[in-house]
Amino acid sequence: MRIRTLVPAAAFAALAAVLAVYLVQIDSGARDPGRLPSALIGRPAPPLDLPPIDGPGEGLRSDRLGGAVALVNVFASWCPPCRAEHPMLMRLAREGVAIYGVNYKDRPEDARAFLAELGNPYRAVGADRTGRTAIDWGVYGYPETFVIDRAGLVRYRHVGPITPHDLETRIRPLLARLDG
Amino acid sequence: MIAEIGQFALILALLLALVQGTLPLWGAARNDPAMMAVARPAAAGQLLLAAAAFLCLMRLFVVSDFSVALVAAHSHTLKPLLYKITGLWANHEGSMLLWVLMLSLFGALVALFGANLPVRLRARVLGVQGAVAAGFLAFVVFASNPFLRLEPAPLEGQGLNPLLQDPGLAFHPPFLYLGYVGFSIAFSFAVAALIEGRVDPAWARWVRPWTLLAWCGLTIGIALGSWWAYYELGWGGWWFWDPVENASFIPWLVGTALLHSAIVVEKRSALKGWTVLLAILTFGTALLGTFLVRSGVLTSVHSFAADPARGVFVLALLFAVVGGGLALYAARAPALGGGGLFAPVSREGAMLLNNLLLTTGAAVVALGTLYPLVLDALGGGKVSVGPPFFEATFVPIAAPLLIACAAGALLPWKRGDLKGVLGRLRAALLIAGATAATAAWRAGVDDLPAAFGLALAAWLIVGALVGLAERAGLLRRGPSGAARRAAGLPRAAWGMTLAHAGLGVAVAGIVASSAWQSERILAMRPGETVEIAGYRVAFEGAGATAGPNYSAVTGRFRLLDGGREIARLRPETRNYPAERGQTTEAAIHTSWLADVYVVLGARLPDGGWTVRLYHNPLVPWIWIGAAVMALGGLVSLSDRRLRVGAPRPARRPLGAAG
Repeated sequence: MRIRTLVPAAAFAALAAVLAVYLVQIDSGARDPGRLPSALIGRPAPPLDLPPIDGPGEGLRSDRLGGAVALVNVFASWCPPCRAEHPMLMRLAREGVAIYGVNYKDRPEDARAFLAELGNPYRAVGADRTGRTAIDWGVYGYPETFVIDRAGLVRYRHVGPITPHDLETRIRPLLARLDG
Repeated sequence: MIAEIGQFALILALLLALVQGTLPLWGAARNDPAMMAVARPAAAGQLLLAAAAFLCLMRLFVVSDFSVALVAAHSHTLKPLLYKITGLWANHEGSMLLWVLMLSLFGALVALFGANLPVRLRARVLGVQGAVAAGFLAFVVFASNPFLRLEPAPLEGQGLNPLLQDPGLAFHPPFLYLGYVGFSIAFSFAVAALIEGRVDPAWARWVRPWTLLAWCGLTIGIALGSWWAYYELGWGGWWFWDPVENASFIPWLVGTALLHSAIVVEKRSALKGWTVLLAILTFGTALLGTFLVRSGVLTSVHSFAADPARGVFVLALLFAVVGGGLALYAARAPALGGGGLFAPVSREGAMLLNNLLLTTGAAVVALGTLYPLVLDALGGGKVSVGPPFFEATFVPIAAPLLIACAAGALLPWKRGDLKGVLGRLRAALLIAGATAATAAWRAGVDDLPAAFGLALAAWLIVGALVGLAERAGLLRRGPSGAARRAAGLPRAAWGMTLAHAGLGVAVAGIVASSAWQSERILAMRPGETVEIAGYRVAFEGAGATAGPNYSAVTGRFRLLDGGREIARLRPETRNYPAERGQTTEAAIHTSWLADVYVVLGARLPDGGWTVRLYHNPLVPWIWIGAAVMALGGLVSLSDRRLRVGAPRPARRPLGAAG
């Protein structure tokens, strides 16, 4: 056996080891290839200044969030996964977690019907009719949820619906840590 | 009942594959003819059983038997028959069954056409093939069973991803798998040769037709896939350097290198160890591609069947097959012997350059594809590697490859004369120069790289034709005499000419469509007219239409050249209610020199529509070129030398070998 002929096998073994580590990480839930980090993590949340879903009055402004741990949830009535995660938000809201809604490119009557039918977990909802706010927040798909800490910094970004599993393994532990 | 028969056939096929993967290898080691003789009937039986399972599944899809979980999840009664059938392999379990069927088909073909192989080599090749098939059959039976029942059975199926309901994609997987799986034969031959400790010109001659067949399948499969992406995804592009596309491109590059190096083994008895390594790597990269697609470790537009638990199984298979092959290579390759030095300016020197560039290209594509994954696994964070990386790294490797291709094909074996060859290629040089000048003049000096690319295409096409004309003696014999002689040339010569010229045609399409695509995205109201690349496109309006299992919004456009109408274009946005999905159907008018490509987008509140228009110069040439390349491969495959097989080398005394 010469060293030279061992090179392909060694290179392949290294690659296979990396792939195996990666698979185990995915399998154990420690890693999700679909999960996307946010450039906002650890930075101040982008400003919010949105009108209400319909009519004049108070919508959603950044100063509402100040000083407490909060979730900012981007949703739309036309998005089926938003409907799927809604019970999780309701559960959190009943427990007293502050959730603020950004209603993305929706028709006012549809958004109102959505909240009337499924319940309103939001302390305040702002309508992002142009999608401008979603761009500022780097929203990629719907729904998306951001966890904001007391200092107003983004601590976590969740792309896609919050499943019961996500709630228990990701959101709740983080909220407990930030509150504690 | 049919599902159970299919399941039973699969289990029997697995047992038979286990027999085929052990007895003949053991028999070959002990020189026991009876045990070696098991290989051929076992391979044939395995094909029959795999085909029976496949037909059972097809029957279940055709009659829409929703008591089978796979059918319920991927079919629908309203689906046209064609897509009921192709729905079979448009999902993970079914596509793995297709994979297994192909694997046993190739094994059976070797058993059938391998009558002229030495008994011991044949037993070993079929044994290795059987062992690989056993691994994949076990994967299907234990981790991807397509015949699982569903209780209670739903009344209606969930349908098939609408993007996959398309004729181009219907036949993309079978061809792709023909390529991926076909390379398993080259792998089996390589492992058998390593076990025997001997690689000779006869071995190369046996390997080449199988590699060629697989290469043709892969070429057609990749071309169909990119054609589908072009007209179905509605982005006006045809190649996105997506991980799944790369996963099929890497084995194509390595397989192309193998095709060439096998010729050197056959003609010059050199590059033996290298060729064996390439044979292992070609199948290895095909398996790696399968792993990447099937395990879900890479996020991609294609990974609609991803499951980490299965990924572990495929990784274990990959490790056993490729790792085993490479370990055997490490242990036995030094015994194969190098094969001597040869002059750099010679046919074999050119082939070596071809091999170096092709494998470097494959390595670069593999690096770009795997880098984000490796970095993430090592905790380095998420990055994505996009087209700019691949264009910046692959193109500088491809350019010298294309330059060398035309010249290398004209060099004689052993010792060549580069000056002489360049002299013979005067015509190609002149035409390439004229092409570059014309392109630079028409498009401006800013587009010099594209002009250079077109010159390369011309160089390749004319170079290939010059080679053929010379061999036919066009100048000495005149046209009619040369035509008679050309008809009598070996098919392999014709095949090479076609493949190299086809590559040139494809390169022209790739260069022109990348450099000179025009794009317009705008809001149009009915009655408006817009100009693109000298054509005018008039929008008449859009209305609802209905298909068998979808409803659509169809736009009505007229394509005008000057004042004359040359085509009516009907782009659609289809809505599939069963699958809750949408597809865009671009309307394409082709003049063979360029495509006008129209996509109808969303309706705007003011009554207008979003419309995307593209003008893609020479884009049809990409697929014409790929088809010509595959045709060249098939013509070469029909060469008499490959059919009658190699002359038997003088037998060594058996005692010395065993």
